[in-house]
Amino acid sequence: MSNEPSFMTSRLEEALGWARKYSIFQYPFITACCGMEYMATACSHYDVDRFGAGLPRFSPRQADVLFVVGTISHKMAPVLKRIHEQMADPKWVVAFGVCTCTGGFYDNYATVMGIDTILPVDVYIPGCPPRPEMVLDGLMKLQDKIQNERSSGTRPAPEARPEVLEA
Amino acid sequence: MTSDTLIAAVTERFPDGVTASHSYRGDATLVLKRESLLEVAAFIKDDPALQMNMLVDLSAVDYSAFGKSPVPAFFASSGVTLGPSLQIPDKDPWPGPPDAAARFAVVYHFYSISHKHRLRLVVPTPVVSGHGDSATAGEVDTLSELWPAANWLEREVWDMYGIRFRGHPDLRRILMYEEFEGHPLRKDYPVKRRQPLIGPLN
Amino acid sequence: MTLPTTPPTASTAPEETSDLDTRDMMLNIGPAHPAMHGIVRIVATLEGETVKDTDVEIGYLHRGFEKMSEIVDYNGVIPYTDRLNYVSPLINNQGYCMAIEKLLGIEVPERCHYIRVIVSEISRIGDHLTCVGAGAMELGAFTVFLYMIKAREHLWELIEKVTGARLTVTYCRVGGVKADLPEGFAELCSEAFVETRKVLAESHTLLTRNRIFIDRMSGVGVISAEDAIAYGITGPFLRGSGVEYDVRKDCPYAVYDRLPFDVPVGTQGDNMDRYLVRMEEMEQSMRIVEAALSELPGGPVLTNPETGRPIPAAEMVDLAKMGDISPLSGGCAVVGPTLEGSGGSHYSSIAADHRQVLLPAKEDAYGNIEGLMRQFKLVMLGHGIKAPKGEVYFPVEGANGELGFYIVSDGAGSPYRVRVRPPCFAIMSALSKLLEGDMMADIVPTFGSVNMIGGELDR
Repeated sequence: MSNEPSFMTSRLEEALGWARKYSIFQYPFITACCGMEYMATACSHYDVDRFGAGLPRFSPRQADVLFVVGTISHKMAPVLKRIHEQMADPKWVVAFGVCTCTGGFYDNYATVMGIDTILPVDVYIPGCPPRPEMVLDGLMKLQDKIQNERSSGTRPAPEARPEVLEA
Repeated sequence: MTSDTLIAAVTERFPDGVTASHSYRGDATLVLKRESLLEVAAFIKDDPALQMNMLVDLSAVDYSAFGKSPVPAFFASSGVTLGPSLQIPDKDPWPGPPDAAARFAVVYHFYSISHKHRLRLVVPTPVVSGHGDSATAGEVDTLSELWPAANWLEREVWDMYGIRFRGHPDLRRILMYEEFEGHPLRKDYPVKRRQPLIGPLN
Repeated sequence: MTLPTTPPTASTAPEETSDLDTRDMMLNIGPAHPAMHGIVRIVATLEGETVKDTDVEIGYLHRGFEKMSEIVDYNGVIPYTDRLNYVSPLINNQGYCMAIEKLLGIEVPERCHYIRVIVSEISRIGDHLTCVGAGAMELGAFTVFLYMIKAREHLWELIEKVTGARLTVTYCRVGGVKADLPEGFAELCSEAFVETRKVLAESHTLLTRNRIFIDRMSGVGVISAEDAIAYGITGPFLRGSGVEYDVRKDCPYAVYDRLPFDVPVGTQGDNMDRYLVRMEEMEQSMRIVEAALSELPGGPVLTNPETGRPIPAAEMVDLAKMGDISPLSGGCAVVGPTLEGSGGSHYSSIAADHRQVLLPAKEDAYGNIEGLMRQFKLVMLGHGIKAPKGEVYFPVEGANGELGFYIVSDGAGSPYRVRVRPPCFAIMSALSKLLEGDMMADIVPTFGSVNMIGGELDR
């Protein structure tokens, strides 16, 4: 009985989740082609503001969702990692575009094969680049995830990916 | 100037420096000795009839795998020969790689804004020591004194092919990071050999 | 990294005129910086607020385009070219395909050239809109950015109608284009241009005579014509410095020698001139598209002789099952709803008649056995395009300047070497010179006018 959350705390968490999901301060980490579709989504035609995510913050300290938009090269990976570390909890990561999800068709010496090898990722939006409708869908999936998150501030440990070593 | 007169103008001036020339598909091309690059470059830049004032592009080619790519034979085991698609006949064939003994070739493209003609210079560069991916290529003179555009382009060639440029003011990697070993566009650099700074290999 | 650093002046004797102890300050900008719409790192050495020297570091988006091109076949490179200058992918498609066509020595039909020109120019408008809009946003004019993206959205819808994709289009084929223009394209185009012209007029009123904008832009980031040429700068950037060099005019390709357009040039070579050149080029691009659409040569349209309309692929298959093969011999199917965008009934007029090179139209590949076999043969490794041994260089006018492809072939099924001459690489190499002596705040508009596109710069 004592382990079950009380009425009060579960209500409070619901309220927190509701508040958080409609006030997403995103940090757009734009590197490549997907940035064009990110711009299209953010501007008036598709208007990401309708989902409470209309205010990009260009400082990781003020942001709570990291949008990784575009291919991450090995040269860029340490920068991305540092930006993620600079963000305050609670924080979420969206992999925008297939290059960030899996590396896409740039399977070569220069490219990180999916940012989930270096960061925990919450929502994957595949597509090369994804259409704005897909981005909005991914955003709503993220909102669901934020809403249902319990015990504020902490998050389940990301699933570890097996390290495949090949030369 | 047409490509033939362009070739003639430079060849007449430097009969020893120019080893070969062709104008395949209308692109005037001169193959130069490495030693004579600087004087030819200075000549084509300042000569009033040529005035190659813009260095459009500078890149390199690694000819070590030229003509050696395997041709996959489908249905060969079944006895049915499905020949590769026909090649379009070539009236004026390309003479081939600039120098059979040289592994690399540095390729320069010039354009003259005033005369509206283009010229390609090819400088074959042999391997001077080592072999395979640790081979050291011979040095080529830098053109960054004549065209500032050459500065970054030569850095890129060094980064991608490991060809050094003699007299370059600041020859360091430009696209890859300093920790990277090897030169990725060489033919013997495997496409998927990763050298991550952080994170797993794959 | 070697950076020029001045040692603290404490050890040296202070100057007579001032007893203040001054020292240079290093400022790192990037690689992830809000005002850098692209990933680049600028390490600036400042004296007060004046930029003394900068070290520009690129390569954060290097993703091995040239290496990847060597392991895929000739047609397989086209999707990679989309992602070079991802704001105007159709120009890259055109440049690459024309370079391969030059290598193969084949000609494409006139209608194909016109279609390529039309879509390239629409792409160029989109590119300039993005550049000007983002540059204005970085100076605080957020409204202009929203307006311009709105206009770009109209143009992208147009491109989507033609190619089936918004951004990464893969529209051109070696020897042709994927599909013909859809029905009623001219009307759609003029509607989109009405919107675009409205936006351009609004932006002119918001920016061109705006005191703040002029103060930030004019006299900043100046480069002389000689310097610009020496750095290999091309495109709107060079024209801003007063050099009338445009690949479309000086080395005309496709059908540009027949289309009416002017090349705007600046006088000062500063950011304001480059802004004005880009604004005018959008107008000229629309002029080209309108002229091209009015001159667009027709092609043989293969239709059902009874109804006078192209026969849908599915219907044709049904007819063939019933034993009626008359539409198959010379007829041409239109696509089903899943292949929207490739509504081509005049395929022979938009693609060269070289069966050993050209991928068949989608409606043929899906609709009849000959097309399917041809497609199958061409996409199998080693059976696709076999280019003769040789090397070619082919330049086109990209949105940022001369976009050249240097291709070396060793006669195998994939290119031996594909080298791109990226226009903004040259401009970025001159960035240190552009910024030198300007104020720190001028880094933002100058960098904005470079229109750095990571995919093209780092490949």
